[in-house]
Amino acid sequence: MIDKQVRDVPAALGGVEHGATVMIGGFGETGLPEALIDGLIDRGIGGLTIVNNNAGTGSTGIAALLKAGLVTKVICSFPRQVGSTVFDDLYRAGEVELELVPQGTLAERIRAAGAGIGGFFTPTGFGTEVAAGKETREIGGRNYVLEYPLFADVALISAFRADRFGNLVYRKTARNFGPIMATAASTTIAQVDEVVDAGSIDPETIITPGIFVDRVVAIGSRFENEMWAHVR
Amino acid sequence: MCADRLTRAQIAERVARAIPEGSYVNLGIGLPTRVADYLPKGREVILHTENGMLGMGPAARSDEVDPDLVNAGKVPVTETPGASYFHHADSFGMMRGGHLDVCVLGAFQVSATGDLANWSTGAPGAIPAIGGAMDLAIGAKNVYVVMDLFTRDGVSKLVESCSYPLTGVGCVTRIYTDVAVFEPGPDGVVVVELFGDFTVESLREATGLALADGTGATT
Repeated sequence: MIDKQVRDVPAALGGVEHGATVMIGGFGETGLPEALIDGLIDRGIGGLTIVNNNAGTGSTGIAALLKAGLVTKVICSFPRQVGSTVFDDLYRAGEVELELVPQGTLAERIRAAGAGIGGFFTPTGFGTEVAAGKETREIGGRNYVLEYPLFADVALISAFRADRFGNLVYRKTARNFGPIMATAASTTIAQVDEVVDAGSIDPETIITPGIFVDRVVAIGSRFENEMWAHVR
Repeated sequence: MCADRLTRAQIAERVARAIPEGSYVNLGIGLPTRVADYLPKGREVILHTENGMLGMGPAARSDEVDPDLVNAGKVPVTETPGASYFHHADSFGMMRGGHLDVCVLGAFQVSATGDLANWSTGAPGAIPAIGGAMDLAIGAKNVYVVMDLFTRDGVSKLVESCSYPLTGVGCVTRIYTDVAVFEPGPDGVVVVELFGDFTVESLREATGLALADGTGATT
């Protein structure tokens, strides 16, 4: 019987190795797989290259991962935010490498990796610093930059609900990078509020089909948090 | 003609009036976000937020906050009837594929030919960040910039050629400022509307650019 549900976060993170490239879903705090990030910190898996839209704020989530000294490189589009002090300090001290990618190029590179596309020409960034040293081409009178797919060893994502097949449903803008990151990693691990019986998710509403998901861990409903009282 | 420069709220209002019924629109962070407050009542405009939503509503009141529902500035927002959600590659495909009618962005500088610089001043020690700016700049059918024409030191932000790192080349459709509305293009800049005491001639002096006078067409 196929059952992708694992009992807890340590089991979900089994096999994640030092030096891995780890995609982390989320846009700011929204859709951030915080329980899985905390699990990485607890296990002390270091030398990581992380891929996320941002570079963490405050003292939790990605900021905590950075603070723990586990990250050597960040690939992201927008590290500078109110409260991104942990990243800012490490970057200025030269202790973390930054690969800055336009947000749509980041998303499309991830999508391309998951879809078996060897590269793509995009108009984004043509004539700017991010195109420096890259192949360009004029196609149909417009200028494009060649960009390559972005793969990861592991994708850590957050979804709302799953079944044992790894089918995923998201909530609102927490979907963000989850569906594309799930396709681009050798191992995709999803934290979810709940795992429901197989067959109880309407197939028409499944956003990430289970083929893209390796492990699922239920972390309990976030709706129990006071902040969520009115959404319950 | 009124004698005063436009306030930032009036700039937002002026842009809002220029957005047609039925448009799909992305509003950048800061002053561009305020354009939503001035869309004429009854005009149906669908707001896109880059993190994956069409049909974005106003900021959420404290009793409406849903941590799974935020805008590009990570501010909790609401959904309007007919709203939809999608992942990031689809969201940026809407930009890069030319599906958005209008985006409104801030700028550090815009060149006479419509080059945009709005992501980095290149200052030493600054943390660089691009986000969706480059995708919006080259993707939306109409790229409207909102900015004060002059820096605090009185230097024109409309320039012959940008000194700050570029966001996009030849991508700006129109520039809404506190003193005039400009249309940059391959042949240079046309002044299409004036506010306050500036004339096309005094703006030529202030910017050092050979501005064409297109104000007759609209008044």
